Amino acid sequence: MMFAAATLAILAALALVVSRAILGPTVFDRALAGNSVGTLAILLLAVVGFLTGRPEWLDIAITYGLLNLIGTLAVLKYFRYGDLAYDDEDGA
Amino acid sequence: MRALILAIAMLGFWLALSGHFTPFLLTLGVLCVIGVAALARRMGLIDAEGVPIELLAPAVTYFPWLFFEILKSAWAVTRIVLSPSLPISPTMTVVRASQRTSAGLSTYANSITLTPGTITVGLRGDELTVHAIVREGADDLEGGGMDARVRRFEGGK
Amino acid sequence: MDLVIEIASWGLILTGSFFIMVGAVGMNRMPDVFTRMHAASVIDTTGAGFLIFGLILQAGFTLVAAKLVFILLLFFFTGPVVSHALAQAALTAGVEPILADDRRPGHQATPDDTAGRAEGVAAEQGEQPA
Repeated sequence: MMFAAATLAILAALALVVSRAILGPTVFDRALAGNSVGTLAILLLAVVGFLTGRPEWLDIAITYGLLNLIGTLAVLKYFRYGDLAYDDEDGA
Repeated sequence: MRALILAIAMLGFWLALSGHFTPFLLTLGVLCVIGVAALARRMGLIDAEGVPIELLAPAVTYFPWLFFEILKSAWAVTRIVLSPSLPISPTMTVVRASQRTSAGLSTYANSITLTPGTITVGLRGDELTVHAIVREGADDLEGGGMDARVRRFEGGK
Repeated sequence: MDLVIEIASWGLILTGSFFIMVGAVGMNRMPDVFTRMHAASVIDTTGAGFLIFGLILQAGFTLVAAKLVFILLLFFFTGPVVSHALAQAALTAGVEPILADDRRPGHQATPDDTAGRAEGVAAEQGEQPA
């Protein structure tokens, strides 16, 4: 019951955050929203794991957490340098 | 010494995540931990910055204090978000950090970012550029309470 | 005893859900990317913290609880890194923060449109002290 309530709250928050990702206006708003979507997805995985009685989903949540960090940083780096393999000597 | 502590920590982490305790898997885990510890040592990652064991004891008192600070400022931000007039006064300020080690400096910068309402935007030398959502947040940081707390944490107390 | 733990985890999970909602609402109400980051960090620290503490109480002393602690630590150590990277990237890309008060040396709240908006916000705050 309380897991269902938490799931609903997270889903509502996800909808709000996704609306921010769509509205923008700058790419950094979207990157921030993307990162928050990742955070909420991790929490959703954890809570739904408890809701369905299968806490094994936490492993996926941990992996998602690590990928979320790398993904956000990669997006930021791409928009800063226009290139993921930025090299100082080339001058992007 | 540091390599040994790193290995023990990694072994604990691996055991907690795997949850399997058959001899074959345990042997594999121990081999992997030894391999990674040797690699980290060869890459020169094992120093006061990579494995900050001196900070373990002070962390016991520092983290509860930080949690309390986070709670207080989260409640302040919550009130701002929920009040209809949205009473924000965004402030950029430069704060001087008095930490000596890079671990202490990054602890200070990350603690500022972790408390809702203040974000470290830049760090040059010992000067942190901070964005605060209300003037009071910037005033608190300029008052230096958190700076002094992190300096005690860094000093091992 | 079981009842106490049940009630405590109810309270923690509902508090966490409340802070998550507050953060999401704040991300839509705030005027620029820097202030939105403050709202997002409410989700990352307080919302996630309360929710995961509640789940830990449900899980009891098991490996599941250990995994939840790892997720929490992951949030607490990677959250600031991402926030800082975002803030710095936005600043170097030339996104000017809306400021009511700029105390950086060499900067002043310039009398252009953004500063005007910030002054408006500050005036609002003057009328209704929090």
